[in-house]
Order: sequence, then structure tokens, then C-alpha cells
Amino acid sequence: MSKEILDSDDINRAIRRMAHEIIEKNKGVSNLCLVGIQKGGVTLAERLASQIEAIEGGKIQVGKLDITLYRDDLNTKVEQPVVKRTEIPYAIDDKTVILVDDVLFTGRSIRAAMDALIDFGRPAYIQLAVLIDRGHRELPIRADYAGKNIPTSFNDRIEVTLKEDNNKDKVVLISDK
Amino acid sequence: MIKSKHLLGIKELTSEEIYHILDTAAGFRDVLHRDIKKVPPLRGKTVVSLFFEPSTRTKTSFALAAKRLSADFVNFSVSTSSVLKGETIKDTALTIQALGADFVVIRHPSAGVPHFLSNILDMSVINAGDGANEHPTQALLDLFTIQTHKKNFQGLTVAIIGDIAHSRVAKSNIYALTKLGAKVRLICPPTLMPAEIGKLGVDVFHSIDDGIKKADVIMTLRLQLERQSKGFLPSLEEYFKLYGLTSERLKLAKSDALVMHPGPMNRGVEIESAVADGPQSVILEQVTNGLAVRMAVLYLLAGVRK
Repeated sequence: MSKEILDSDDINRAIRRMAHEIIEKNKGVSNLCLVGIQKGGVTLAERLASQIEAIEGGKIQVGKLDITLYRDDLNTKVEQPVVKRTEIPYAIDDKTVILVDDVLFTGRSIRAAMDALIDFGRPAYIQLAVLIDRGHRELPIRADYAGKNIPTSFNDRIEVTLKEDNNKDKVVLISDK
Repeated sequence: MIKSKHLLGIKELTSEEIYHILDTAAGFRDVLHRDIKKVPPLRGKTVVSLFFEPSTRTKTSFALAAKRLSADFVNFSVSTSSVLKGETIKDTALTIQALGADFVVIRHPSAGVPHFLSNILDMSVINAGDGANEHPTQALLDLFTIQTHKKNFQGLTVAIIGDIAHSRVAKSNIYALTKLGAKVRLICPPTLMPAEIGKLGVDVFHSIDDGIKKADVIMTLRLQLERQSKGFLPSLEEYFKLYGLTSERLKLAKSDALVMHPGPMNRGVEIESAVADGPQSVILEQVTNGLAVRMAVLYLLAGVRK
């Protein structure tokens, strides 16, 4: 069974609210950069950045981070890993880096992302922004900014598609029942 | 997706598998340009090299690739080992496995040794050259280098010049390039051309001027001086005169043709110094790319293990 839980307007409102929260918490955007996690977080980071720019002006730097090499499941995953590009074309030392991902689930991707990020430099702060927080954390990790909290059961799947990648904005919950 | 946990030869790979390795290598090339050139995916894994023939660059390249992936690398030195005391290769390999290695990188003067070992070992076997049969990671790094400059293999003309009969590099490249749709020309003296080579879908030339005409890529092979005592060639000077890649001859190829060499080079035997160091040469790039390709191979094979 699959159910659309967020439509385009919902997603845009969530992104706009997160943009305001990011600006408020960091008292402006002067030292800020966004890093999207491959591949669900990349488009989201770009959209979040343009929203922040629309509110505050200026230009926000956006990068993308592939965490494949930092995962802890190389030997247990069924499908084979595909290493994608990492592009962080600026120094992250002493910056506030906001990691962006579409769905926060076990927290293992975020653990991997923090390890990967720290190989690029020493940020002053790392914060986490996700569109959907679906619970079931296996590590002590939480989101600083969440678009929507969605209670799920462990075996459900959440699919986020954005119009830049798949010509329609939507979040769908897929469950076995 | 890679199906086998061993890399025995290009012959055993599909074109999809080859492209998957090349795509993965592109990710690792980025890693090699970072400030911190080490990534963690093979933490706790052990790679052992077992070389029955001399090698510096391949062994060093595998060692660095393993270390960049956070694996441990140990060289099993054949010249000082029990092999000299009469131990069979099977027992040597089983000993390495019992020590807890996850990969063995093997080079041996006899064709088929890696294939033989892959049938009796649980750990991954990587062929780093078996006799005159194959040297798969060399072909993969050659493909990767070509791909960065030429994008597409379809319709590309690649001329391979040199001692085809003794060359596992040529063999692996022939399998690889024909699988991806490139046209392969082989150029060498009749004494160094295997009789049945035409069956591999290649064109054979005995004149270098005809062979490199309008080629997109020219691969020169090392003339294996240690194997020339049997009278295949009248003299090295004559070989250079007839088959050496000179600046004059290079003009016959396309103006943007790549010049490649697997190393180590014999300057003034198979290639003129001005060509080896010239603007069309990608010889050192091949070395750097070898590291990325070997990282990709180790990483992908590790993912097949379970």
C-alpha cells in the first residue's frame, strides 16, 4: 500500500520553514554552507539554499557528499555499491556546515556523512537538516531541522521525489500492509 | 554488477562489469586528489601480494591502493620464502589464507595459475599477470585513461605495437577493447605475432606506417629484452628502425592521438624519448589512473564476498 503524505505545497512550506529556522538559529548566513548527501539530499540542499538566499540575500555555497566509502554495510548489503561524486569546492574549516538529507531513519548515513565530512576539514559546527524524520534511530543522532515527523513502522519505505529530478514533488509512504 | 569475487582476466568479464569498474574508478580518482587520500571501506581487511616475477610498479600500485582503502598490505616475498625450499604454490596460497588474508594479488610466469588458485581458495584472487595470458588491471587502467580523453570506445581505432606474442598486456587489452566496441590493430614483426591471433577479431599489420594511420590511440609495448635471446629479432637497432614510435611516424596517426605505454619503457627501442615525453603522451597519467582502478577492483570485489 502506498500513500502520498506530502504534496508539492507541503514540501515547499516545510523547506521555507526550515530556511527560516536555519537563519534564526545561526543568526544570519555569513558563515554557512550546505552539503547534500548523495543522492536524495543533493537537490534538497540546492532548494534549501535558494530559499535561504531569497530570504537573506547573498549566495550560499552548496556541495555534495557521497558516503558510499564510509558506510558500515559493504559486506552485508545485497546490492553492490555505486561510488558517486563528492564535490565540496570550498574549504569547510571553521564553517557551519549543514548536512542535508531527504529522510532520517537509522542515523547510520549521517554517521558516515560526518566521518566523510571531517576528512575534508574541521567545521566549527555540523548541523543536520532533513525533510522527513521517520524515527527508528540506531545511533545517538538527531536532526536540528526537520520538515516533517512521520511515524512509520520499521519495514515501511519513504520515497521522496523532487520535481528537479523527477518532474513532480511528492513524499510517498509505502507499507507492506 | 560484478559477479565473481576473483579478478582472473578481462576474458571473464562482461562489458557491463568493465563499465562498472571504470565508473567506480572515477570516484576513486577524486579521492586521490583530496588532501586526505585515505578512505575507510576496507578497514580490517588484509591484502597479500605473491609475486613470482619481478615487479615494482604493479606491486607498489596495489600496495598503495590497499592502503588508501585502509586495508593492511603484506608482501609475501617469494625470493626469501619457503617456495625456495620446495613448497608448492597451493600450499603457499593456503598458508596465506590461513594467516587471515582476504585478497591475494598474484603474478606468476605460468598462465592459468590464478585460475587454479581461485578454485581452491576462499579469499579473492586478483591476477596481476600470469605468463603470456592476461594482466587485467593494466588493461582496465588503459581503458580508464582512454575513456577520460575519448569518452566513447565505439568506433575508436587503437593500434598496439610490439611484442604481441609475449605480451599479457596486449592480450588483456585486445579482450577489453573488442568487448567495448573499439577496433584493434596489432603491429609487430611476423616472428612476434601469434599464429591464431586473427581469431580474436583484430587486424594484423607488419608495417608500422600502415598500422598507425589515422589511429586514435597508440599503445607501445615494452620489448621484453629478457625474452629476445631466441633470435626473434636481428637486433634492437633494427627493431627501433622498423617498429619504434618516432615523432615522424606519430604524424600519421590522428593529430589528437594518445600515446600510451604500460612501462617500464626502453627509450630508443620501442619509443623515441621525444614521443614518450611529448604532448600526446599519457604515460604518467596511466600510472596515476592505475591506482584508482586498483582501488576500484579491491573495493568492488570486497562487496561481492558474501
